Amino acid sequence: MKFERYGIGLIKGMTVTIQHLLRHPTVSQFPEQRLNISRRTRGNELIWNREKCTGCATCAKTCPQGAIEIVTSTNLADNKYEVETYRVDTGYCIQCGLCVEACPYDALFMGYSFERAKYRRGDLVQADDELLESPERPASGYFHPEVAEKLPEQTLLIDKIVEKRK
Amino acid sequence: MATVDFIVQNQLPMQVVPPDWPGGYWWHWLFFTVVLITFTLIMVMGVIYVERRGLGRMQSRLGPNRVGPFGLLQPVADAIKVLLKENIVPDKADKIVHWLAPVIAFAPVLMIFAVVPFQNGALLADLNIGILYVVAISSVATVGVFMAGWGSSNKYSLLGAMRNVAAVVSYEMPLVLAIIGVVLVAGSLSMNQIVLSQDIPFILFQPLGFLIFFAAGCAEINRSPFDLMEADQELVAGFHTEYSGMKFAMFYLVEYAEAIAISAIITTLFLGGWRGPLLPPWLWVIVKIFVVFFLMVWTRSTFPRVRIDQLMALAWKFLFPLALINLFVTAIQVLVWPDALPWVLIIINIAIMVILVVSWSKFFKLGWGRLEV
Repeated sequence: MKFERYGIGLIKGMTVTIQHLLRHPTVSQFPEQRLNISRRTRGNELIWNREKCTGCATCAKTCPQGAIEIVTSTNLADNKYEVETYRVDTGYCIQCGLCVEACPYDALFMGYSFERAKYRRGDLVQADDELLESPERPASGYFHPEVAEKLPEQTLLIDKIVEKRK
Repeated sequence: MATVDFIVQNQLPMQVVPPDWPGGYWWHWLFFTVVLITFTLIMVMGVIYVERRGLGRMQSRLGPNRVGPFGLLQPVADAIKVLLKENIVPDKADKIVHWLAPVIAFAPVLMIFAVVPFQNGALLADLNIGILYVVAISSVATVGVFMAGWGSSNKYSLLGAMRNVAAVVSYEMPLVLAIIGVVLVAGSLSMNQIVLSQDIPFILFQPLGFLIFFAAGCAEINRSPFDLMEADQELVAGFHTEYSGMKFAMFYLVEYAEAIAISAIITTLFLGGWRGPLLPPWLWVIVKIFVVFFLMVWTRSTFPRVRIDQLMALAWKFLFPLALINLFVTAIQVLVWPDALPWVLIIINIAIMVILVVSWSKFFKLGWGRLEV
């Protein structure tokens, strides 16, 4: 004869919750405390390198959303393509990273930042100089291990949660 | 000496004013009314804080911690927010009923505190039928809830209110039977006398009664795991779906004031009320209320909500028979061994509780296990 239902499950559950009460909470207080995200994250923006770009438009062809628009003209003097417009509608971008993988000249990177919400739909369309790398727009190490090496290692939990006191 | 006092007090119709009270009846009434309303409102804020922080920590998060030191002012901020909100009354609502429901729900909860003793004789009215009064009055809040459900002209409100009525009608039985056990041991219905007779807290004499009262009390006041009249997933918000602004604030207040009231009654009946060493008596009451309320938060964070049929089954198949048996056992103990050593009775009663709960759990299955389709 086995005694299975006599309230032992209730008591077990109660001990679990009281253990949670007594240990440290596992949340981080976001705006004040930030965790390092993955070094190979595919953030909400695209970083473009004007010097390396040859205007081959491979990125525009691979983009499943057709979000990349590239206009080139022929520079007869130097005998090469010149990029006139490089425009990305990040509102359509699904952060698949195919453009970065496809670029034969390593001129494209995914972004490392994540707080990139905009107030207007039009602000999501970024072109030319807006797409260049800058301290505010660091490149992610996705598909580029040499970039990933320099980024800080990912942290999963803040060691000790300190409450913000006013 | 104690027995003489006891008999004298029992023969009085009701002792409204303590003999050493300096003023007249009206001063007593005014003082305690103001103190009790203030006490209830402040305790509600404290209890909301304990609930939200405790629940947060039990779920591995922090809970509100932005407003004021440690988030202590969060209930104040919430109150201000909810009071400034627009008061929306549905087009097809029964306006008067809709307007009256929060008041009718709130008044009886405040009235319960009239008979909770904070010190020897320090209570608004030392009724000689105090605990009966509590049982009678606490059920009136259900009328308010049903009026809210009916007056809103909303199917979710009505369903929630009907579930509430069903739950309260069912759980009133084990609740009252558990109270009668305490009354038998104490030999009085007056809350003050019950506390006075607790040289050893009645939770030790009536462990089964305490369990039954706690479960039934949680069901009476719609606390989780019996909160299915407000089941968010099924009924939006239950009976107060159509309430906003000040009226919603009233229902929110009622919810927590009821929790405090049940905690206060448990404190008085089972935990020795204001009696305790070192601290002043009124502080002991508050500390014990918080301890009982913490127990409610603890069970709320642990147990999943029961279904409506499980709720009814638990009341009628588990709590009701156990409460009856508890009543008989207590009556026999009081009649046959009135002079038995307390520690012997305590051991016997705890053994009876364990045997009854374990054996009943064999017969009683909540949910009948898992059905494979």
